Amino acid sequence: MRRTDFDPVSLEIFYRQLQRATLVVLAVFALLVLRLWFLQIVNGWNYRAQSENNRIHLQDIPPFRGLIFDRHGRMLVDNRPAYDLCLIPEEIQDRRALFARLKRLVGLDPALVKERLREAPRGYPFRPVRVKRGLSRDDLAVIETHRFNLPGVTIRVAPQRVYLYGALAAHVLGYLGEISDKELRSGEYPENRPGDLIGKSGVELRWNRQLNGIRGGAQVEVDAAGRRLRTISRVPPTPGANLYLTLDFRLQRLAERLLEGKRGAVVAMDPRSGEILAMASSPAFDPNRFIKGIDKKSWERMVRGGSFPLQNRATAGQYPPGSVFKIVVAVAALEEGVVTPEEKIVCHGSYTLGNRVYRCWKKWGHGAVDFHRAVVESCDVYFYELGKRLGVDRIARYARMLGLGSKTGLDLGGERPGLIPTTRWKRKRWGTPWQGGETLSTAIGQSFVLATPIQAANLIATIFNGGNLYVPQVTRWLGGGGRGALQEFRPVKRGKAHISPKTLALLREALTGVVNEPRGTGSRARVEGVTVAGKTGTAQVVAMEREKVRGEKEKLPPEFNDHAWFVAAAPAENPLLAVAVLIENGGHGGSAAAPIAGSLMRAFFGSRGPEGAAN
Amino acid sequence: MFDRRLIQNFDWVLLLLLLLVAGVSILNLYSATYAVREAGGSQIVVKQVYWYLIGFGVFFLMTTFNYFSLERVAYAGFLASVALLLAVLVVGKVSSGSQRWLPLGPVSFQPSELAKIVLVITLAKFFRDKSDIRGYRLRDLWRPLLLTAVPSLLIMKEPDLGTGLLLVIVSFSIILFFRVRLRSLLILMGAALAVSPLVWFGLKDYQQKRILSFLRPEMDPLGAGYHVIQSKIAIGSGLFWGKGFLKGTQTRLHFLPEQHTDFAFSVLAEEWGFAGAVLLLILYLLLVLWGLNIARNSKERFGAVLAVGISALLFWQVVINVGMVTGLLPVVGIPLVLLSYGGSSLVTTMAAMGLLMNISMRRFMFQ
Repeated sequence: MRRTDFDPVSLEIFYRQLQRATLVVLAVFALLVLRLWFLQIVNGWNYRAQSENNRIHLQDIPPFRGLIFDRHGRMLVDNRPAYDLCLIPEEIQDRRALFARLKRLVGLDPALVKERLREAPRGYPFRPVRVKRGLSRDDLAVIETHRFNLPGVTIRVAPQRVYLYGALAAHVLGYLGEISDKELRSGEYPENRPGDLIGKSGVELRWNRQLNGIRGGAQVEVDAAGRRLRTISRVPPTPGANLYLTLDFRLQRLAERLLEGKRGAVVAMDPRSGEILAMASSPAFDPNRFIKGIDKKSWERMVRGGSFPLQNRATAGQYPPGSVFKIVVAVAALEEGVVTPEEKIVCHGSYTLGNRVYRCWKKWGHGAVDFHRAVVESCDVYFYELGKRLGVDRIARYARMLGLGSKTGLDLGGERPGLIPTTRWKRKRWGTPWQGGETLSTAIGQSFVLATPIQAANLIATIFNGGNLYVPQVTRWLGGGGRGALQEFRPVKRGKAHISPKTLALLREALTGVVNEPRGTGSRARVEGVTVAGKTGTAQVVAMEREKVRGEKEKLPPEFNDHAWFVAAAPAENPLLAVAVLIENGGHGGSAAAPIAGSLMRAFFGSRGPEGAAN
Repeated sequence: MFDRRLIQNFDWVLLLLLLLVAGVSILNLYSATYAVREAGGSQIVVKQVYWYLIGFGVFFLMTTFNYFSLERVAYAGFLASVALLLAVLVVGKVSSGSQRWLPLGPVSFQPSELAKIVLVITLAKFFRDKSDIRGYRLRDLWRPLLLTAVPSLLIMKEPDLGTGLLLVIVSFSIILFFRVRLRSLLILMGAALAVSPLVWFGLKDYQQKRILSFLRPEMDPLGAGYHVIQSKIAIGSGLFWGKGFLKGTQTRLHFLPEQHTDFAFSVLAEEWGFAGAVLLLILYLLLVLWGLNIARNSKERFGAVLAVGISALLFWQVVINVGMVTGLLPVVGIPLVLLSYGGSSLVTTMAAMGLLMNISMRRFMFQ
């Protein structure tokens, strides 16, 4: 069975080529053997000496993390040199003695040191293991004087993150923490190594990669004690990009002061672009505390304790919007034509549907009110009637159009979507049909409706900027440092709420009345010289309890107290600022939230009211 | 039909050489991972033993059919391997910056390993079909050039510069083996020289930098440059007799990078010295020469070409890795074939060795 036999000539050539190939192979292998001879025999002792005291180490040079500024270039986060106490396992001579000395000199707990050494990756006995971050100056001096007596101890200078104003804007800035094994394995942190600090929340997390920079390193020759003799070669690290936020330092600080001692959130936004000028959440935390490593107890207090200081209430706190939601119902009713601005609905203080009675917040009723009065005085009965005429699904459509019920897309993690109920949602979620009475509660922002403060700010901004729904943003520019040109974040429009100019005009007029007319619920947000428009909201926390004990609210435990809301925009004619204030269990929106919005606006517009003067 | 001659022609030399290398590999891996045995290092040795068992299984499997049937499926196999290379670029697992692995249940698989053998088989088919005793002209060679360019460019895109170049080198050695007319060769080289500056200036900054540091490890002092220094210290400090099994300080103190994969040879040279290193090289040399011998004994062109191709594949992998760890060649990240840890590489290499055995066993069929 011959298939492709060689013909004699080509077979001869083939044999000759095989011979040549054999010669080439032999020659190349001989070259390799020669190379081994050169390395192992000729220079062998030289290399043996080097290996016995391997003198070339690889030194890590961490990059300088990018700085963070406010919109006017005021620095909020800086790096300062800090001294880390490190141990080189291979160079420690007497562990017990060393641990005892470290305890005596700088009060370092031996158990902690042992733990750190144990956690260090195995197989790298010359790699320094950090046992204490950020030594104080005194401790540093003590260590340096006793250095001769502390073999294996080395001090490394590393930039340390400093949040210049402590807790200021903590929820926007976020905090740093040591990278976890899981994060290392995820592949999302290609620039980081075990022991590195990375952003864990806020913009520190969102822009971690850009802020982080690229690490450098150096090949250094060291002596037997690990002291550096010379640098053989060095790759400088690339510093991280700087970050310029949209926050206004002054407004932010004021917002936080106004929230002091309360639980709640404040959002101030430029309605023309969605840029966040202030975002405060209270209680807050000091990110500096996380840098040196936070102890377990404090951490647990932060995570478990009732007030959740780590949570950003402005974006992740979901609350029933109460009467703030009437803005949505008002738009829906006028646009759908279920009511005319002139039609008067009589309020006797309650509304009956089936065999249930739904109360207005004003016990004795508002009498006959038209659209304008109903908004100004926040008449519940008027909006029950509108709710009934509209039906819940039509309300939901307008709510979603105005950005409720979905994340705003803010460039900061941890946002929650809130909730806008529909008949379909109720069937899917609860398996029961929608009840007519639930529509009434929905119309005044109760029942299942939930919104976050940032959604509320976005809502009022959209009404006052002509229906443009912007994606709120906290970052303005990114770049600089070693990274060349600045990257600018331009306003992003998420959608357009199609509302007729007539409806918008009527609503704005009414919202202006809320603050400026007699019997308006938001009069405490008035600012001299600027027309403020706004809407109060008082959201029930526990519906049943409240109904039972109506009128004797003082007896309620504080956690059943109503949440106070206020949303505002100013100047009403040409708005430059939109604000949302939420105070958890604060009581009435008009008394607990509106003054805070007023103070912010007063400061922003530079007028000197009694509270503005203090700041 | 079972032929008794198949048994009579069983190639014991080839099997013996492979068993020897396998033994050395496992012993050496045991030492390379000894320092980290508690942190999962001992698992690597156990896994390698399993991979070798699978490898020998595949080896024998590859002897059970007549290798000649490969000729018929060569191009289909080529398309399949290109499809896998495309797949890895789309859905592959990313690890340390490159995308080389296809997840396959509990294990992952490197299509670039398969591409090596498939390329050799397709080239063998080409050179069987078209023989030209006066040497090939350029216009005859467009097909093998294309067959090489497609998979190697796809592999370089992962990016796995080393394996991509290996494919090119192996393919060119095979082409040269079957002789190219001098004029064509000169034209080819001239064209390459003329195009290269154009390509160079068309590259992005960081791509240029990557290639430069690939050619000159000193330019990457934190990566390849450091690795080469430590590898040279490890090898050199072995002296003539080595530091002894498990006594390599470079290895124990983890100065050697990737000591169970790319730098496995350095571990061996440190612990067994010049004597051990040369012995291992002799084992590889014998394997390569034995492959050429099998080519010589094959009475049929496809088998002969295939045996030459497989020998070239083996030869270049050894030379590139040993050249790399001894600082003669750029650091390209090619493991030492049969010695380093790695399932895909081991199994495909054993498959290639199985084909050699296959050719050797069936040499009588064409007498």
